[in-house]
Amino acid sequence: MKSDLNEFAALDTAQSAAPPKISVEMPVGVPDHTLQNQTREIPATEPPVWPINKDLKYVGKSTERYDGAAKTTGRARYTADVQLPGMLYAKLVNASIPHGKVLSIDTSAAEKYPGVKGVHVIQQVLGPAVLRNPSLEQVRYPVVRFAGQPVAAVAAVTPYAAEEAANLVKVQYDTMPFVVDQNKARETDSPQVFPGAADEAGSAGGGGGPADVPQTGNIHGPSIKKVGDIDQGLKDADIIVEGRYVTQVQTHSALETHGVVADWKPDMLTVWASTQGTASVREELAGFFKIPLSRIRVITEFMGGGFGAKFGAGNPGVVAAALSKKTGAPVRLMLDREEEHLSVGNRPSSDQTLRIGAKKDGTITAIHLIAYGTAGCGTGAGCSGPAHNLYKYASLHTEENDVFINAGPAAAMRAPGHPQGAFALEQTMDDLAVRLNMDPIDLRDKTDEHPVRRVERQIVRDSDIWKSRNPRAAADAGPVKRGVGLAQSVWYRFVSMGSSAEVRIHRDGSIEVLSGVQDIGSGIKTVMAQILAEQFGVPPAQIAVKVGDTNYPEGPNSGGSVTTLSLTPAVRDAAWQASQKFLADVAPALGASPADLVLVDGEVRSKSGKLQPVSFLRAAAKMSANQIAVQAKRIPDYDPKKYLTYGGVDVAEVEVDTEVGRIRVRRVLSVHDCGRPMNPVGVISQINGGIIQGISYTLFEHRLLDPNYGLMVNSNLEQYKIAGALEIPDIDVRLVETYIGQSSTDASGIGEAAGVVSIGAAVANAVYNATGVRIRQTPMTPAVVLAALHAPSQGREIA
Amino acid sequence: MAEHSPQDPVETKQPQQEAARNGISRRGFLKGAGLTAAGTALLDGVQSFSSETKSSAEGVKELGPGAVPIRLHVNGADHTVDIEPRTTLAEALRIHLGMTGTKIVCDRGVCSGCTVWLDKMPVNSCMTLAIDAIGHKITTIEGIAGEGTLHPIQAAFVKHDAMQCGFCTPGMVMSCAALLDRNPNPSEQDVRRAVSGNLCRCGTYPKVFAATLDVAGSRRNA
Repeated sequence: MKSDLNEFAALDTAQSAAPPKISVEMPVGVPDHTLQNQTREIPATEPPVWPINKDLKYVGKSTERYDGAAKTTGRARYTADVQLPGMLYAKLVNASIPHGKVLSIDTSAAEKYPGVKGVHVIQQVLGPAVLRNPSLEQVRYPVVRFAGQPVAAVAAVTPYAAEEAANLVKVQYDTMPFVVDQNKARETDSPQVFPGAADEAGSAGGGGGPADVPQTGNIHGPSIKKVGDIDQGLKDADIIVEGRYVTQVQTHSALETHGVVADWKPDMLTVWASTQGTASVREELAGFFKIPLSRIRVITEFMGGGFGAKFGAGNPGVVAAALSKKTGAPVRLMLDREEEHLSVGNRPSSDQTLRIGAKKDGTITAIHLIAYGTAGCGTGAGCSGPAHNLYKYASLHTEENDVFINAGPAAAMRAPGHPQGAFALEQTMDDLAVRLNMDPIDLRDKTDEHPVRRVERQIVRDSDIWKSRNPRAAADAGPVKRGVGLAQSVWYRFVSMGSSAEVRIHRDGSIEVLSGVQDIGSGIKTVMAQILAEQFGVPPAQIAVKVGDTNYPEGPNSGGSVTTLSLTPAVRDAAWQASQKFLADVAPALGASPADLVLVDGEVRSKSGKLQPVSFLRAAAKMSANQIAVQAKRIPDYDPKKYLTYGGVDVAEVEVDTEVGRIRVRRVLSVHDCGRPMNPVGVISQINGGIIQGISYTLFEHRLLDPNYGLMVNSNLEQYKIAGALEIPDIDVRLVETYIGQSSTDASGIGEAAGVVSIGAAVANAVYNATGVRIRQTPMTPAVVLAALHAPSQGREIA
Repeated sequence: MAEHSPQDPVETKQPQQEAARNGISRRGFLKGAGLTAAGTALLDGVQSFSSETKSSAEGVKELGPGAVPIRLHVNGADHTVDIEPRTTLAEALRIHLGMTGTKIVCDRGVCSGCTVWLDKMPVNSCMTLAIDAIGHKITTIEGIAGEGTLHPIQAAFVKHDAMQCGFCTPGMVMSCAALLDRNPNPSEQDVRRAVSGNLCRCGTYPKVFAATLDVAGSRRNA
């Protein structure tokens, strides 16, 4: 399976057989700022163009979460909650060493253990990179590349029996030298994670990087990208600002761990999965077991957080399915908290040396980035996205390297590569503004051509928090110093073209919408209900929304902020076409011609006035059959030549206690665009979340590996510190409603752009503003802060 | 690593706090210790149900390791379940009683996803043995409002969109509802402290604060 991002990019250019087109006027731009009408050639089958949100009734209005009551009452059934008659509990046996060959696996004691129904020995591990030349390793079992790599599994009648039996599986290892330190791994005499070049073919797990790159020792790369002449660009610069920036590995730490309940029956494999992609789970299982897609059903009723790590069946999925096949019983395999930290993904680290060359007026002549990062025994540590896509430059040169270490493979994590890249880029821009004696907003106005961020910066400029910023760094006299900083974010428009939905109108007047899409907490169910409400003129709560099941039309896999922008046009198209079919169907019984009828505010009305308005309910009773059903699939963007990005500007106010090194984020202003906000309250929730996750990453989270034993020492939630209620700043979110004229809903995405990209750099810039010292390392723990404050070079280099 | 700062008192959750004070927070310890001194009184209560009790040298009754029938009073009704004595309350509720609204997230008392009330006191049910809950009134997320109705905190969570993936939500609701029972007029800082042990990975805290303060405010104005 290809990486999601690659898949999305490829799909963007897909062309379908061209139906007749019509010319329409669409709103484009930001209301009250840049809004204007633009002409688009769109298929004649498309629904009428929606006006901007203020002229719609349900869409764009904050709407209560469709499943809010189910979630608050505990009724919502997550994969972890699924219990089936006769269900067995499975437990993985995980490697206790970071690197080595498995010589033997003795399962006899486990098999005899009371309550055990099946034992499975893993022959293929999903996730780690794979040798280009597999014959370099002649092994009976997969080589262990990280502590925690699954080796075998046991299924038993109780969780306790499974755990106890798993402990009885005897694994004999031939241990090999290992390396868990990224800097050590780059040295020529370092232990090698792989005996030769290895690639992580972008996997369903969401990780993966470029395969057509050199590999020297543990260094997989560089992957080089060039624009213009970098030497000339650096020569042309009046000033060059340089810094080395280091970010740590972060784990996703979703509250619901990875896992499935698999029920293998002779004619159908049914899998409940905690996943961001029901379709991706089905695809990986079909490929792994060589069974047709039509014989696999994947269900995700509710999902307890993914953040990029939950695509495909993964090791838990295939192991549970194998055990179910073997035992003839449904098998539940949910990872425990330690396994969740170790084996199912993380955000790669970065070690970036970034140079920006500029003219005195702020014009950027050169951006030069050399980056190393570790995705463990996988790849995907690239972080050059912000450098490529935020600013205008005359030349650019980026080199990205994956450094293999003996740790679990990374996975996509909310805006892959971008928090890392922005941490370096946006601090360097801040540094450049200081050196040029320019206002940070003026500098960005000079170099950032994005029309929406320009509006966003104006909102920031006019805000209280920004006005409260003292342009002079370290202006406070006392030990606790206050500062304000900003940073910008960028994300991209990826369209998942397969996205489909079905709308059904029933004779009793009830309406339902179905799609395989899963609601991972971002609220797509609510948005689907709003779209149907808008079409049929009934409150969203009256729409039945059914998602998270591959029995329904294929939905998008929810990664890369694709869900809302990919699926909602299909939902609207299906609703529109169903309403047209409905009017045509009931017109004779109402004594009207179909062309004279419209559906407005829950009533069937006649344009000519010949017919008294009839309620939708009464009209539905006159349907010629019990059901009208229409399925629609995402059509390409109206103007697919346009390469579109989204973003935002985030401002942080911090207090730095210079005596103890503690940073507190007091206030955040988060100004973001996400196209047409479909459900503003839900968008704000996501931005709050992006900010909070970003603060957590910047100040607290840190995967710690012990160099002596190669084990993670904080594989839990008390020592792997995540921001809690006491560390949350006041967050002021401003949505900048933006229209781009690209689809029947003109929706975009928010998950990635939502603050998580930029808040780390905003906090760091605020710390600089507070103290006059730049912290180029995350997490900014008190020890890191104190070291920077007391470094002779005032934090210009990493300690 | 910034843990909860000393100046930020953390909402107390009685049973865990006792264990934490001794520097021991693992359920494994509870499982080993649950049948000693502190458990004596319970054992008397258990004895009449137990089919597999035997006497230890000290005259203390031991249960298990096999399953024993115990009676739990959950959400106003008595339930008899056959559990191994090491079974946590969270496991008993989820696996044996099918009440899966209570979530197990960290399984060691740091995330409060499994919060239930024992006699109105919020506790981490992953750190409470089921047998230690005998004789107590257990309230779970399924039981804080009548069938088909929402507790005011639940309604406010929906109104304020105080959830995203929803996995922390039951625990958050239990903590916030318990806070309002103890303190009908909390400040935002009180709410923050009440949920300082409740971990949310989607980052929904601001709306949790808003929802809880909204309920307190409307009760004041009622």
